[in-house]
Amino acid sequence: MGIDIRLPIGILFSLLGVILTAYGTLGDTSRYQQSLGVNINLNWGIILLVFGVLMFLLGRRGMRAGPQKESSPPSQSSGH
Amino acid sequence: MTGIDWLILGLYFVFVLGIGFALKSSMKTSTDFFLAGRAIPAWVCGLAFMSANLGAQEVIGMGASGAKYGIATSHFYWIGAIPAMVFVGLFMMPFYYGSRARSVPEYLRLRFDEKTRGLNAMSFAIMTIFSSGISMYAIAKLIQVLHVFDSAFQKLGLSASGIFDFSIIVSAIVVLVYTFLGGLSSAIYNEVVQFFLIVAGFLPLSWLGLKSVGGWSGLKAKLDPSFVHSGGGMSNAHTNRLGVEWFGLAMGLGFVLSFGYWCTDFLVVQRAMAANSMSAARRTPLIGALPKMLFPFLVILPGLIAISLPSQMATTPANAMAMTGAPVATSEPPNAQGQGHGLIPYKLDAVTGTVALDKDGNPQLDYDLAVPNMLLHFFPPGMLGLGLTALLASFMSGMAGNVTAFNTVWTYDIYQSYIRPKASDEHYLWMGRVSTVVGIVLSIAAAYMANRFNNIMDMLQLVFAFVNAPLFATFLLGMFWKRATGHGAFTGLLSGTAAAAVHHGLTISAGAVPGIKGGWLAVTHTYPSEMAQNFWTAIYAWSTCFVVTVIVSLVTRAPEESKLVGLVYSLTPKPEEEPLAWYAKPGALAVIVLGGTVLLNIIFW
Repeated sequence: MGIDIRLPIGILFSLLGVILTAYGTLGDTSRYQQSLGVNINLNWGIILLVFGVLMFLLGRRGMRAGPQKESSPPSQSSGH
Repeated sequence: MTGIDWLILGLYFVFVLGIGFALKSSMKTSTDFFLAGRAIPAWVCGLAFMSANLGAQEVIGMGASGAKYGIATSHFYWIGAIPAMVFVGLFMMPFYYGSRARSVPEYLRLRFDEKTRGLNAMSFAIMTIFSSGISMYAIAKLIQVLHVFDSAFQKLGLSASGIFDFSIIVSAIVVLVYTFLGGLSSAIYNEVVQFFLIVAGFLPLSWLGLKSVGGWSGLKAKLDPSFVHSGGGMSNAHTNRLGVEWFGLAMGLGFVLSFGYWCTDFLVVQRAMAANSMSAARRTPLIGALPKMLFPFLVILPGLIAISLPSQMATTPANAMAMTGAPVATSEPPNAQGQGHGLIPYKLDAVTGTVALDKDGNPQLDYDLAVPNMLLHFFPPGMLGLGLTALLASFMSGMAGNVTAFNTVWTYDIYQSYIRPKASDEHYLWMGRVSTVVGIVLSIAAAYMANRFNNIMDMLQLVFAFVNAPLFATFLLGMFWKRATGHGAFTGLLSGTAAAAVHHGLTISAGAVPGIKGGWLAVTHTYPSEMAQNFWTAIYAWSTCFVVTVIVSLVTRAPEESKLVGLVYSLTPKPEEEPLAWYAKPGALAVIVLGGTVLLNIIFW
């Protein structure tokens, strides 16, 4: 079909990553008592951002290679 | 929910709908709409295959079972899903995909006859509507109980009683828009997005949860050993938490129910039929099985952690401030009604608002709140938005799966077969869109029915269980025994369903009252748990269907062999293997999946 699904996934997760990272950096850090003192927004935001960018790059490569051609899976399981 | 949480939820909705719009222009023929043009790569189909099943009942229900039964809940994955997923990929997909049937009921018509297809198509169509309705009801109920929208409603000056309706309408509209526009492709693509979101939302939850109890060893120290060993006491039904013995578990769950679902349910099989080649179709369930194997750590583990935390930390819907945006005090005094076990509050009676008691007078726990309360307990604003979005994503993927399966079976197997056989392809594409709308409207009706008449829903689910239990016997004989006939299959299915009903009517589980829980004919046997009763009902249904199909087939005229090529194992040439890397071959994938599952079973024994 028309689009390589990794492209939208890449964009969505990059945006989620940016939002969480920014919020984790700029926001009030006292609220992280709840998450055992871990700034989970910052940490997980960075991981999501890396994952998002990776998916985006793979998707763009896939689109260039031709949308009909099957390329190898980006990762076998949870994708992180 | 605070602003950041709304932002994340909103972003997700934009993407889900955007995918629908982006695919709209590719929907030119009915094959594009119902079968995604048979052009989807294997890994996408594989993730969608597992994600379509990852609905409300799965995420909330598995967490609840984790809290109630412990790690033994993983049997639903490691025994009750993986072997069947491997079987359907290796042995059944060649016939589903190779026969070019467009749906599971259509395979039954090719292999058997019209009446067998009709029976399967009708029962399946009705079932999908009710499943999607129940899924929708579950979302709306959860949103209401968690007070997710309360602050927003207050600000807008709306009454909180509208939250249930609002949730139903919003989820229905979103699913409608993206399945209406992009058909199965859109549903599949969104299921993949939903899969990654669920991982993104739940992985940090398991991690934080484990960290708070001191890792797996800390969790083990906090809980009774029966919670953390999946195999303990299985030799006798009375000595383990599930109340089932090995044979019932392996045959009932591992064979009859699991193979009946993963190998014959069009909801999942449709995802593999959309694959771009035979080998991709065969790999679909195998690729789906890889993450499936690890999902207990995402959905069952939070339930286990919820029950192990100290009770004074309990957050109940009544006192949880996290949802309204106020900071959560760490030393919150326990609410009079809020005390439960760990993070799991007592179940409140819907009418009186007091704690519900079981028949021995002990308070009941509301296990369904295990996972939602974990999210509220550990996630600060930001991650909370992601976690709740993941929860909503799982509900929607379950619903969309049902809707796309419904519109296909309705259009191809009912409308095209019995109502308007010789129309143009555009007409069927149009019908597909109409039936998507109708399917969602009917689901909404079913959701409200579930809200008003709980008993009717219980009864319907029971009837579906009776209809589904014998199915796998029919497919097994159909695919691997060329002598099986249409009359045999049809009478086998009916008698299997009848056997399930009779068994249910004659037995009951310990502590239940005769009626909807069984024993409505007479009580001849009492099972230690409802689960054991369900498993044995399935075993009787399957065996009856198997035996009756064989006997009736032998006394009816054998089908012509020339018509069975591509439909039956012994008359079909072996599928040609495409040149693939060794690890991508279906056989190698199957070995990896099965090996991993055995290993996991051993580790958590």
